[in-house]
Amino acid sequence: MAQQSVGLTAYGGYIPRLRLQRKSVAQANAWVAPNFLGKGKGERSMANWDEDSVTMAVEAARDLLGPDDDRSHVDALYFGSTTMPFKDRLNSGIIAAALTLEQSVRAVDVASTQRAGTSALMQALSAVKAGEAKNALVLASDHRKTKAVTSQELDFGDGAAAVMVGTDNVIATYLGGASLTVDFVDHFRGDTEEFDYNWEERWIRDEGFSKIVPKAVKAALENSGVSASDIKHFVMPCIFGDKFAQQLAKRSGISPDAARDTLAANCGETGAAHSLVMLVNTLQTEAKPGDKVLVLHFGGGCDALVFEATDRLSSQASKRGIAGSLKNGVEETNYLKFLTFNGLIEWEKGMRAEQDKKTALTTLYRNEDMLMGLVGGRCKETGVVQFPRSRISVNPNNHTVDTQEPYKFAEKKAKILSWSADFLSFSMNPPNHYGMVVFDEGGRIMMDFTDVEAGTVDSGMEVKLVFRIKEFDDKRGFRRYFWKAVPIASSAAKSQTGQAAE
Amino acid sequence: MAAGIKDKVAILGMGCSKFGERWDAGPEELMVEAYLEAMQDAGIEPTQLDAAWFSTHIDEIGTGKGGTPLSLALRLPNIAVTRVENFCASGSEALRGAVYAVASGAADIALAVGVEKLKDTGYGGLPVGNMGTLNPQWSPSGSAPGNFAQLASAYRAKHGVSKEDLKRAIAHVSVKSHANGAKNPKAHLRNEVTEDQVLNAPMIAEPLGLFDCCGVSDGAAAAIVTTPEIARAMGKKNIVTVKAMQLSVSNGLESQHNSWDGSYFHTARIAAKKAYKEAGIDNPREQVSMMEVHDCFSVTELVTMEDLFISPEGGAVKDVMDGFYDADGKVPCQIDGGLKCFGHPIGASGLRMAYEMYLQLQGRAGERQLPNPKIGLTHNLGGAPSQNVCSVTIIGAHGA
Repeated sequence: MAQQSVGLTAYGGYIPRLRLQRKSVAQANAWVAPNFLGKGKGERSMANWDEDSVTMAVEAARDLLGPDDDRSHVDALYFGSTTMPFKDRLNSGIIAAALTLEQSVRAVDVASTQRAGTSALMQALSAVKAGEAKNALVLASDHRKTKAVTSQELDFGDGAAAVMVGTDNVIATYLGGASLTVDFVDHFRGDTEEFDYNWEERWIRDEGFSKIVPKAVKAALENSGVSASDIKHFVMPCIFGDKFAQQLAKRSGISPDAARDTLAANCGETGAAHSLVMLVNTLQTEAKPGDKVLVLHFGGGCDALVFEATDRLSSQASKRGIAGSLKNGVEETNYLKFLTFNGLIEWEKGMRAEQDKKTALTTLYRNEDMLMGLVGGRCKETGVVQFPRSRISVNPNNHTVDTQEPYKFAEKKAKILSWSADFLSFSMNPPNHYGMVVFDEGGRIMMDFTDVEAGTVDSGMEVKLVFRIKEFDDKRGFRRYFWKAVPIASSAAKSQTGQAAE
Repeated sequence: MAAGIKDKVAILGMGCSKFGERWDAGPEELMVEAYLEAMQDAGIEPTQLDAAWFSTHIDEIGTGKGGTPLSLALRLPNIAVTRVENFCASGSEALRGAVYAVASGAADIALAVGVEKLKDTGYGGLPVGNMGTLNPQWSPSGSAPGNFAQLASAYRAKHGVSKEDLKRAIAHVSVKSHANGAKNPKAHLRNEVTEDQVLNAPMIAEPLGLFDCCGVSDGAAAAIVTTPEIARAMGKKNIVTVKAMQLSVSNGLESQHNSWDGSYFHTARIAAKKAYKEAGIDNPREQVSMMEVHDCFSVTELVTMEDLFISPEGGAVKDVMDGFYDADGKVPCQIDGGLKCFGHPIGASGLRMAYEMYLQLQGRAGERQLPNPKIGLTHNLGGAPSQNVCSVTIIGAHGA
């Protein structure tokens, strides 16, 4: 019986490592907005310059999927976000390419509302229930853009979460849910606008959340046949504080203690991703088998979903998830860097940045698995691995012809052979680190580094690979993606370098 | 193996413009400056030129593409002009084309001219450009110093050299070149520097500081070549001939195969071995009198001393610190200041190296003249350590 139920079968999460200290923001803006000084506590996640909702979703998905090359079981992909990089180019298609999913995958972008993440999840549940998909990957991600000197700048964060919907090895059974659609315009972002326009918070709280959420809760509990008092975890993003969430739970007959941490203190609200971010965090840190979890997301109405954790929950213990991501933070106190990364400052990048970054789309498509999926080649005869793939093998002892099969590098272990920190070439985050990365199982790639702790890099350090923005083509509104190496600072001690001779 | 080029071609004349930030001159004026000196040195008329090879690297600035810029600037008598480009080794390629033309008998007298006008970009360092449509979609958008700096991390790792020791050795490389450049009236940078200045200069690409990087210069250089017989018939004395010309080009091994450790130039070792064989040199440390190597960055020069089999592997730091390559050392290197101080107008550099060897062999190097050199070696690189072209040319006194 339990094996036939539909639910979540795996999770993953990703919060960028930079944590902007709110104190730095509040103090920098105190001259114009002293009212924000009171909000200057804790920290919010901050995407690196080369991250967007797509790259963060890829990271969350990789956490969920693990290092296995074979991802052919994923037959559907639902991506929820209101900050997708492309208005017309399937954003979930970029993610599918980066994850090297099969072309037969059904990939869908779900957008235009803060509940895009939960709506994506509901679509996935429906598809699996209907037998149209067996393993539907749900990703929610937001790279939130705000004007400087706004309360949103302090409240929001960047991040992504991933859950897999399926019927085998379910970790949280879907019991039922409800979706309420109300054209309650608490904020909006017009077609040509970069930023949200926000209405008064008190009205949103009292007339929006307080009245709409309980209706959705009631309907979801009825549809799932679960009583309010059975809800152990009340998962609802909101920026009105933990006390308000507790009150709202109580109003629906749910224990106030069930209200889960909104992660305001150490992450900030990650937009359409946040309900799933909070859900993954709850499943990682608080939920026990048998616990019933109510997941809510307010926005143009409200989505409400009820799950029951199973004893398979522990199968996900090795995942980084949200809890692991939150632990892997680096304090950022430079508010100007945040503004610069988010394009809020017009700064002199120098003439070197004037280079045209036009992307030949024909070239991109011809080399799609190489550029998007970091797929190289492996010689069937000699076993020699190389990047990129080529008709004539690089193997110096045997230049075999047409013997290469695709070989995926993204999840392989690798180390730095040579590197430099370059102050001359243009970088959004100088110095520009790059170098030769050598893979333990063969192959090497000269590549950009990112998320570097300056001063810690050396030959022999281990790296992990991440899918990031390579270049922005501001002239045409395009952005290029490729893979970069993140040096793992903790591996420096194990490195085989000249340091040992010092 | 082919018979090789040894002693088949003589240098009839050479010229070189003043290198530097030549705000006063475009590429045409620079080419004319080098050409007129070479023509006067050779003592021939333009109508005696049978063919020309023209090297320039960057199309977007400077002369643009094709052979016409040379023919127009020099008003050549409608002879063949072939434009060659092979990154920073382009100048050596122009010389190779002219030498091969004479050696084949297709030309009696051939001209090679290289030029680069770099200081029309509006900024310091080399211009940035795209390499096709695929490469920019995955290769790091780095810089030349960032690419060459990587030699340092790999060399340290391989040979167990500390950061400080390597930094000091490459500093000595630059101090030596500045001392040499100061004596060269055509050099771009003519100031002597101290080791402290080099060590404390602003970082460009770790561990390379400002003084670890060569000058970005405007300039041109030219060579006129013929057969030794024709040169002799023209009454030339102290004839200098080409002993070897080798070029080795990466095939992806360094950048794609894990057999390369990042600390040396795979191509340089191949080109050097072939060149020594072609020239009949079996003990380069003893037989090579002097060298002009591609010291685009101090660390490049250091590892090149091993790639040319002058210093033993892992022994370059010691040789450099011992002054082996200084002006008064056993094998003076960069006696004209090198790329570091004479400057590096890309398309001209290979010819500039040959120019200095030629002057030294003829005893015409003025204040920096070495005592009685017999064999000069030029080493001209293009690209980056992980993917490059490397030219090794040996010239010497005819019969040496």
